[in-house]
Amino acid sequence: MPDLLALYRAMVLIRQFEELVRSLYTGGMVPGLVHLCAGQEANAVGVCAALERSDYIASSHRGHGHCLAKGARPDFLLAEILGRTSGYCGGRSGSLHVSDPATGNLGTNGIVGGGIPLATGAALSAKSRGTRQVAVCFFGDGALNQGLAFEAMNMAAIWSLPVVYVCENNFYGEYTAIEDVTAGKSLTARGEVFDIPSRMIDGMDVLAVLAATEAAVARARTGQGPSFLICNTYRYGGHHVADKQDYKDSEEARAWQAKDPIPRLARQLLEQRIADQPRLDALEQEVAAAIRAAADFAKAAPEPAPQDLASRVYA
Amino acid sequence: MPEARQITYRAAVLEALFEEMRRDPAVIVMGEDVGAPGGVFKQTEGLYAAFAGRVIDTPISEAGAFGIAVGAAMTGLRPIFEVMFGDFLTLVMDQLVNQAAKIHYMSNGNFTVPLVLRTTMGTGANLGPQHSQSLYAWAAHVPGLKVVIPSTPADAKGLFKSAIRDDNPVLVFEDRLLYGMKGDVPEGEVLVPLGRADIKRRGRDVTVVALGRMVQVALSAAARLAQEGIEAEIVDPRSLVPLDVETLVESVKRTNRALIVDGGSRQYGAAGELAATLGETAFDWLDAPVARLAAADVPIPMSRTLEPLVQPDEGRVTAAVRALIGR
Repeated sequence: MPDLLALYRAMVLIRQFEELVRSLYTGGMVPGLVHLCAGQEANAVGVCAALERSDYIASSHRGHGHCLAKGARPDFLLAEILGRTSGYCGGRSGSLHVSDPATGNLGTNGIVGGGIPLATGAALSAKSRGTRQVAVCFFGDGALNQGLAFEAMNMAAIWSLPVVYVCENNFYGEYTAIEDVTAGKSLTARGEVFDIPSRMIDGMDVLAVLAATEAAVARARTGQGPSFLICNTYRYGGHHVADKQDYKDSEEARAWQAKDPIPRLARQLLEQRIADQPRLDALEQEVAAAIRAAADFAKAAPEPAPQDLASRVYA
Repeated sequence: MPEARQITYRAAVLEALFEEMRRDPAVIVMGEDVGAPGGVFKQTEGLYAAFAGRVIDTPISEAGAFGIAVGAAMTGLRPIFEVMFGDFLTLVMDQLVNQAAKIHYMSNGNFTVPLVLRTTMGTGANLGPQHSQSLYAWAAHVPGLKVVIPSTPADAKGLFKSAIRDDNPVLVFEDRLLYGMKGDVPEGEVLVPLGRADIKRRGRDVTVVALGRMVQVALSAAARLAQEGIEAEIVDPRSLVPLDVETLVESVKRTNRALIVDGGSRQYGAAGELAATLGETAFDWLDAPVARLAAADVPIPMSRTLEPLVQPDEGRVTAAVRALIGR
């Protein structure tokens, strides 16, 4: 039985973290581009709850949730997003390229689909070294039109690699709707063609995501090879933080918000008497305090020193 | 001191692979036909049988397979990835440039990408525009990559062993015309460090900086020039990144003239970078502008008549040297 309260806390943490990043961006504190995942929390949390710390993830450009769910500290992650030395990568990677070996995080990625072969390679490595590790690759529906994705899936299938491909289908690639750029009636067919077990999941239901991932991870750990999960979900904030989203109609967003994964799990917690409302409120306050502390830490963290520019180009 | 014996360039590389795979179980080989078939140039013959599970035939999916090698390198393996023809680097470019080259820097040193990308290059077999280019300058333009161009069997072995032990992505460019060349190669542990140029021939009159097979072309040109009383010093950088500027400059200080001989295209190429570097650092010792001899700026034609006109040959090198020293 999963720890539902822990799942709830993890989703609340991501939601509040993304709200903080949005407000800091609006305040001019965030350099560069940021792509927020509010609305998609159930995927990051459901998938990572099925993983061990030593397992690998490769993330996408919309990756703050993946990092946090895999165990990143909000203060170090935020410092990285603000480009400060206390960040996971000393401020040189930012939101789009942050990685952390200690939590098995191979990195968010500025190239759509770019992490797919990296995760597959980590799976090859785990298998070759004889460890029990599993690699998960997160990517959006936009990556389903990158040839690289299918090259990697083909190799994962022929070599029976311990990898789980997780497509977070939020129905838009940048500003373009999936149906305008994606042929074929079935997205799962794109995994089935390689004989990879492929499932479509309600990506607004953290428990559905967790159950599907547990099955996929169990397959991977027992040498049965890759799986492909398509989690249908929605990005509330658009492609990036400054996206006005005038290509969408507001009805659509409202319909998805009615399925929001956080209140949905809250209802289950209350119905099953795992927590009462005061407990949930207290938990939100506790997360808010952690987020405030992360903001204070990151804002106070120093900028990189100019003499550090050319360090660590080579190992 | 290890014994030297005469073996081919191909055998020297293969010996390096055998030795390094025996030494370090993290070393694996990936590529098209590198497994049971032993490589389309017989360059991996015997590895598959000797190292079960560590020599992986990939599908013809260069981009995906190379990206898998990068992910494996980030997580404990040391892949040697083969791109059959250097022209096919185009297919791996994103994973090479945007991932492999940047991961160490982007992660602030938390990840390393210890891998070798070996590929072939060069003219001489009428393989045509899509199988003949020498594209090392592309890789050398990308911070985070190292670029190695062995010109002799001994260097091939020693540089490969160093490349495999290096914790960075290292590209090794092998000219296919050198595969059958025999030379003295020491048995066992001989490492040639990356970033150290080698003077292949001493000479007082002119410095010829040559890359890869062009070193052999320059050496035969030097033998002919010697009969005319011109003594050319042939300097082989052996790696473009890191570049041993000091050895190049020291040579120019002795000869006061320099010619670069480069098998890659002239436009925006390695020869231009080397010439500019010498111009900046050895200007006070130069009696003439640094001269460049590089491949013609054309796609490389298949024709038996046209193909030999593309890359520098002995005749063009001797003519360029004579012109440079005014004889």
